[in-house]
Amino acid sequence: MTNSSQDNVPLLEVDRLSVDYGLKGVSSRAIDRVSFALRAGEAVGLVGESGSGKTTTAMAIASLLSPNARVNEGEVRYRGKRLPIDDDAAMRPHRWSETSVVFQGAMNALNPVHRILKQIAEPCMLKLGMSRGEATARARELLELVGIPADRGSAYPHELSGGMRQRVMIAMALACRPSIVIGDEPTTALDVITQAQILKLLGELRSRLNLALILITHDLSVVAEACDRVMIMYAGRIVEDGTVADIFAQPKHPYTRLLIDSIPNPASGKRIIRPIPGDPPNLMNRPSGCAFHPRCPSAMAVCVTEVPSFDECGQGRVACHLHRSSQEDKVAVHA
Amino acid sequence: MTLLMVAILNFILFRVIPGDPSSLLLGGARISVTPEQIEAQRQSWGLDRPMFPDQVVDYLSATMQGDLGYSFKFRGRRVADLILERLPATVALVGLAQVIAILCGVMLGLYAGWRRGGAIDHITTGTSLALYSTPAFWLGMLLVVIFSTALGWLPGYGAHSPGAVSGSLDWLLDYLRHLALPVAAVALGLIGQYVVVARAAMSDVVTEDYMVTARAKGLTNGQMLMRHAFRNAMLPVVTLIALNLGYVVAGAITVEAVFAWPGIGGLTVEALNARDYPVLQGIFLLLGASIVVANLVADLAYGLLDPRVRQ
Repeated sequence: MTNSSQDNVPLLEVDRLSVDYGLKGVSSRAIDRVSFALRAGEAVGLVGESGSGKTTTAMAIASLLSPNARVNEGEVRYRGKRLPIDDDAAMRPHRWSETSVVFQGAMNALNPVHRILKQIAEPCMLKLGMSRGEATARARELLELVGIPADRGSAYPHELSGGMRQRVMIAMALACRPSIVIGDEPTTALDVITQAQILKLLGELRSRLNLALILITHDLSVVAEACDRVMIMYAGRIVEDGTVADIFAQPKHPYTRLLIDSIPNPASGKRIIRPIPGDPPNLMNRPSGCAFHPRCPSAMAVCVTEVPSFDECGQGRVACHLHRSSQEDKVAVHA
Repeated sequence: MTLLMVAILNFILFRVIPGDPSSLLLGGARISVTPEQIEAQRQSWGLDRPMFPDQVVDYLSATMQGDLGYSFKFRGRRVADLILERLPATVALVGLAQVIAILCGVMLGLYAGWRRGGAIDHITTGTSLALYSTPAFWLGMLLVVIFSTALGWLPGYGAHSPGAVSGSLDWLLDYLRHLALPVAAVALGLIGQYVVVARAAMSDVVTEDYMVTARAKGLTNGQMLMRHAFRNAMLPVVTLIALNLGYVVAGAITVEAVFAWPGIGGLTVEALNARDYPVLQGIFLLLGASIVVANLVADLAYGLLDPRVRQ
């Protein structure tokens, strides 16, 4: 079967990707040997605090890094082929047709002086070679798809609410029928109810259009609602990767556990939210060994000296010395 | 309303300037003039009547009927005629300078902002800041020294060579040759101004989030520039253009003085020296009116370009 061989190659593979930001001659590593694979139709959440590298990872995949960023090593493969993420012109055919982005805070991501219909129709004309009439018809369809009456297409971005603008952004992202949509904190600027509506919409569209979704957020509850799988990032590395069910039921990395504990849960009657002690790490001066050790309640001597490897653990993967022995046991059993 | 305020302020301002116009009317030679003669002059020009309300009311009602009064200096000539006579020279000078400055300055500025940090940006921005901060009259004198005195390529003052016959092609060429240096002096300063504003606007636009969206959509650099950056960057530039157009009728006082250009600016200087209140009031009223109109044009143009300011 031709289908099975295609299924075996993941849609997107990120392989030991490292990105540095240079600032006045000093460079700091924003993401460090990040590796993961994304299958067609799969929804993955990329979670971490500010500066953890989640947005850098996503922007590197989309080849939208700022000019002072540099891909230092590693590569990104799409359907088995290397993506030219460091070459703007070579990347152009891939953009929006294969990977599109729903940006955070759609007010600024939409051009304030153009009508929304025109902005949605633009990639249809430029990328799909449609005539103006065809593109407009497609844009109207897309607006209806995201729950906006097509007649609102003549509105300007500032005439719409935050939730509506985010719907417009989603409609625009779907214009060229991509197979991957990257959501860069798509619900961050929205109130809770609008946030739930947008997540529901993304979920529906994903199953209907068989989209793979990379959702960047600092909010674990967003991931719980919209994703199959979660990757937790800390100081530029993925520290844990697993299914949503596993991660919430049995977080393995202490950082993941603390993140889950810090979610307010009114149902449990818990009134006090437990924040994670300490400050986010300074990327210019990364802590030795496991970058989380200065804040980790379970830190051991080895955590200060040795970088934990990112190993398979149960259904997922984790980078923590606490779980190393169990992993070695498993290797022994298999041997 | 604004214009009424301008008119009243005009009236007051010129009355608080020290110096009695009647002495100037009589040539400043007080010794040979009897007090009776002075009194007669004051009566004939209406200067003996109380300033308020008589003089104010007279002035305002006449102005509203389009009567700007008569000049003190150019005995008996109508102010409106004097201004109209000088207007074409000023419109030619400042208008041409504006057109040149807008074409060069805006293009250069937008390009410099688009390629921020490039070689052209550094050269353009440096030169523009220097030009923008140089007084136009000094630039004018420099141009005269170089191109007129030293090289002898272009005439350094006036609008016509002596004996030129109006209407012929030679006359037109002669006029344009006289126009070249003053236009350059006005345009160079304006180019600096337009470059600075257009560059700032464009470099703001290129860092906007919607430019990242445009890049993510797979647009080429040219498409990003023409479809998403140009119009947004033009917003502040259009406002500046519209406001500057207000000065096209007011003239460039210092440059006109340097080049002895027979425009409104020159008239202003002459009238000021002679304490010719009616002429000055007329010029200031014209300036006020043209700036009010320019502001209106700026608002309308901005509304056309930016949907956010439309009602």
